[in-house]
Amino acid sequence: MELFGVAVTLLLTFAGFGVLIGLLFGFFGMGGSFLVTPALLVMGYPTDVAVASGLAFVFGTSVIATLKHRDLGQVDYKLGVLMIAGTTAGIEVGKMGLHWLQDIGLADTVVSVAYVALLGGIGVFITYTALKGDGGGGVSHDADGEVDADDIPDIAKKIQSYRVPPMMKLRGGVRVSLWMILIVAFFTGLLSGFLGVGGGFIRMPALFYLIGVPVPVAVGTDLFEIVFSGGIGSFLYAIDGAVDFAIVAPLLAGSAGGARLGAAATSLVDEDDIKVYFGVMLLLGAIAVAVRKIGGVIEMPVLDTVALAIIIGAALLVSGAVVVSSVRELRTERAESTVQTAD
Amino acid sequence: MFGIETASGPEGAALIIGLVLVEALILYVGYGALERLLGPTLTRILRGE
Repeated sequence: MELFGVAVTLLLTFAGFGVLIGLLFGFFGMGGSFLVTPALLVMGYPTDVAVASGLAFVFGTSVIATLKHRDLGQVDYKLGVLMIAGTTAGIEVGKMGLHWLQDIGLADTVVSVAYVALLGGIGVFITYTALKGDGGGGVSHDADGEVDADDIPDIAKKIQSYRVPPMMKLRGGVRVSLWMILIVAFFTGLLSGFLGVGGGFIRMPALFYLIGVPVPVAVGTDLFEIVFSGGIGSFLYAIDGAVDFAIVAPLLAGSAGGARLGAAATSLVDEDDIKVYFGVMLLLGAIAVAVRKIGGVIEMPVLDTVALAIIIGAALLVSGAVVVSSVRELRTERAESTVQTAD
Repeated sequence: MFGIETASGPEGAALIIGLVLVEALILYVGYGALERLLGPTLTRILRGE
């Protein structure tokens, strides 16, 4: 059976996959193309179609997730615009570095190793600090309230201490120099351009650990930036006719619901739990990317499927944990309100 | 889908990206209405009430 010339089973598969991705995207502010592109490649779509359709899907999902985070007061537009400016400049310089490596024939090896090391390194760091509870272990979901000084990471405190005018006041009461924001944005862009990735997994932790904004604001602001990077990127690919709307439309229909749930969950789940889930996602992602790269080197295509299974397994595991944590939090709130009523 | 799979060039790209944007906005409004309609009931069920 077909709908608009596309098999209904395929449309339903994409829609179901979309729900899963949307949930993670709304919760973490990353993970769209990271999950979609490898899945499309394994399904047999050409590389340009897989990359372009993944990017167009990320654009659509980030629009929905950003609007939802805006409703929750978790988007800092001023910070977002500054991040876009700094990131764009960084991406251009990163691309120059990549072209230089291509000229000397080392691009593939260096980028692969750097990508896995960075993904895994950030994953280990975030999981370790969240489990250790260095961030104070507090729950900070109020984007407008002042951030507790104990919840600000030490590196962010150091960066905030450089009071080079003009100073910017960000959501969560954070005060930081405009120049520090531009420098952090430049370096996240540099890595993003050098590795040829969207950079959500670099930007979101950078906003929290380096600038010091609360995690929900870091997620919302990161998504705001992805609206622009995803929109421009997918437009450039679409000029060559690489975006397949038959893939994007059902994925987006599914992810729109998932993104609402994911964004709502950031207001329920403990901030340290968000960090642990994010870290685990990155760690498993690093393993999957390493497996795929090894498969390419030793010419074993089956490892592509193994990598995809790890990615989808990680997505299922982490999204399941997010849903369970959210439900548990809702039930705890109810139990507490029942006790207060009884008192 | 809708005969636009192969749309290319600046106009085709603008058409496809515009469609993705319109679909996203429709879904945002549609799911928002659904959330307002079913959200409280779903939350009560999840809270175990």
